[in-house]
Amino acid sequence: MGEISCEVRFGRYGGRFVPETLVQPLLELAEAFERLRADPEFLRELSTLMRDFAGRPTPLYRAENLSRALGRDVYLKREDLLHGGAHKINNTLGQSLLAKYMKKKRLIAETGAGQHGVATAIVGALLGFETEIYMGEVDIERQRMNVFRMELLGARVIPVRSGSRTLKDAINEALRDWAASYESTHYLLGTVAGPHPYPSMVREFQRIIGDETRSQILAEEKRLPDTIVACVGGGSNAMGIFTPFIDDGVRLIAVEAGGRGPGRGDRSAEHGASLSLGEPGVLHGAMTKILQDPYGQILESYSIAAGLDYPGVGPELAHLVETGRVETAMASDKTAIMGFKALSKLEGIIPALESAHAVGYAIEHPERLGELSVINISGRGDKDLHTVMAYESV
Amino acid sequence: MSLSEVFRRCKPLFVYICAGDPSPDETVEIAERITRAGADVLELGLPHSDPIADGPVIQAASQRAIAAGMNTDLYFDIASRIEGVPKVFMGYYNMVYRRGLERFASDCRASGICGMIVPDLPMEESRPLREAASRHGIDLINMIAPNTPDKRILEIISLSTGFVYLVARSGVTGASADLQESTKHLIERVPPVIPRAVGFGVSRPEHAAELLHAGADGVIVGSACVDLIGRNELDQLEDLIRRMKGAMSEVSVKSAASIQQS
Repeated sequence: MGEISCEVRFGRYGGRFVPETLVQPLLELAEAFERLRADPEFLRELSTLMRDFAGRPTPLYRAENLSRALGRDVYLKREDLLHGGAHKINNTLGQSLLAKYMKKKRLIAETGAGQHGVATAIVGALLGFETEIYMGEVDIERQRMNVFRMELLGARVIPVRSGSRTLKDAINEALRDWAASYESTHYLLGTVAGPHPYPSMVREFQRIIGDETRSQILAEEKRLPDTIVACVGGGSNAMGIFTPFIDDGVRLIAVEAGGRGPGRGDRSAEHGASLSLGEPGVLHGAMTKILQDPYGQILESYSIAAGLDYPGVGPELAHLVETGRVETAMASDKTAIMGFKALSKLEGIIPALESAHAVGYAIEHPERLGELSVINISGRGDKDLHTVMAYESV
Repeated sequence: MSLSEVFRRCKPLFVYICAGDPSPDETVEIAERITRAGADVLELGLPHSDPIADGPVIQAASQRAIAAGMNTDLYFDIASRIEGVPKVFMGYYNMVYRRGLERFASDCRASGICGMIVPDLPMEESRPLREAASRHGIDLINMIAPNTPDKRILEIISLSTGFVYLVARSGVTGASADLQESTKHLIERVPPVIPRAVGFGVSRPEHAAELLHAGADGVIVGSACVDLIGRNELDQLEDLIRRMKGAMSEVSVKSAASIQQS
């Protein structure tokens, strides 16, 4: 982990907008994180788990066929090869070990697509926690296989019936649970969103993606890439790969879910592009860019990729976009499907639909990649086959 | 009437209702019935799509109200139509932030609201709204939870005007059968330099009496009332408020008598 401190704010974004009951648990969590990130025993244990259990380092793979097709050099950071099939395991290993050192007995987490829930269930089984996962009823229906995986791993999946019955409501429910159970329970939040210290803590557990990318590309090409492309829902894989490059001239592109295109208003946004189209506000304990109506009610987001279907985004990303360091882009469902198929055919790699947004965008806009670029393949696409099949049959 | 004045006059019963549930007009009628039944302060909730401090009953009421077309403009319209009882705003920070802090505080003032409770705005984040509220003569109410350390309690009190809201238990709003010992301990831990009203989990006349016995200066009831409104049992609602207020008055009379005897 790096030396950057655990920031409360990122410009005007971030902070801790939570009920008073949660203030103390968050202060204790921030304190534990600051202490343990400098604890050699904790770091040794984490790095052993990252290597032997999760499968790090992941390759930085030079995608020859894609490079030839686009007329420029493209590398893929292969987070899809991790145990569990996505980058989520980096964060869940970090936080669950932290929870173990804090002597917590129980893990709770929220999940949308199910990837973070599966990753939490995996580490819960590994480290012997009682594990409960909040999941919206709508998502349970969409992601039956992942629900089965979580249960197989010994976790209990709790259906959330409030609000839009999706990820944002699962987060609300997990926060409510935590307010009553913090003494024995760690809330293992899955992305760089939420109240301080989650945005910086999750970023620090995920920056290993960028740290590896940096040394791998320097070893291979003797220079930094011109561009890094990553998809953004909450933003954890993007912050993970971007962070070690923030102070360099590397162009950082965050690709959001354009969904069916900019929305028709009302209660649903028809996309998940909170960085591009959201406005400042408070959701899930942080000031960030969110999809909201003129009165401040949170809109329902939409994406074909359940992992990008979130009406908020990490506050640090909101700040980096506002200061011009990170560029935003949108890829529609259609572009994502194109990226999904193209990478499968060209490289023999089936990416997660989330990552396929980044791939699809890169294929449509090769001119923005420069001569040498890296695309973060944040997860694998096995979980999405039925979604793509359903899309194709429409 | 300011909140300090309310607490000078009595040990008030606060009653929370969700504005727009089941409809804006009915909210005004319900408020009148609540006032007639003896509520001293009306805590008028602005429904939010993501009420993280609330349990299932108030969540459901919020969803009903939003589905019925409730919004912030209507909220202030409802508030201005409710007369004859001091009113306090209760709602989440994004709704306030979105309207603009200055405009929100000014709208509160114009519609006769004298205090604001924003459950997801802890001390550290509250300065901008506190300043805006203060410019319009409105109290921003701070909350204190059972796990708030003593030092932080003192800091919170030093920033507080009107009263402090003691959260009776960890977790979210919702009626509970019994009050916890920790609630009484919390009342003892908060120095009586400012009125202390207790809410979360308070649903019965005996709770209200117990809390006053334990030293509370006011009692806040929410979910138990919202639940009755949701079931359209408004006679029972009036009855509950009457009995709660009755239990509270009894305690006040007894304690006044014991002071006179001693």
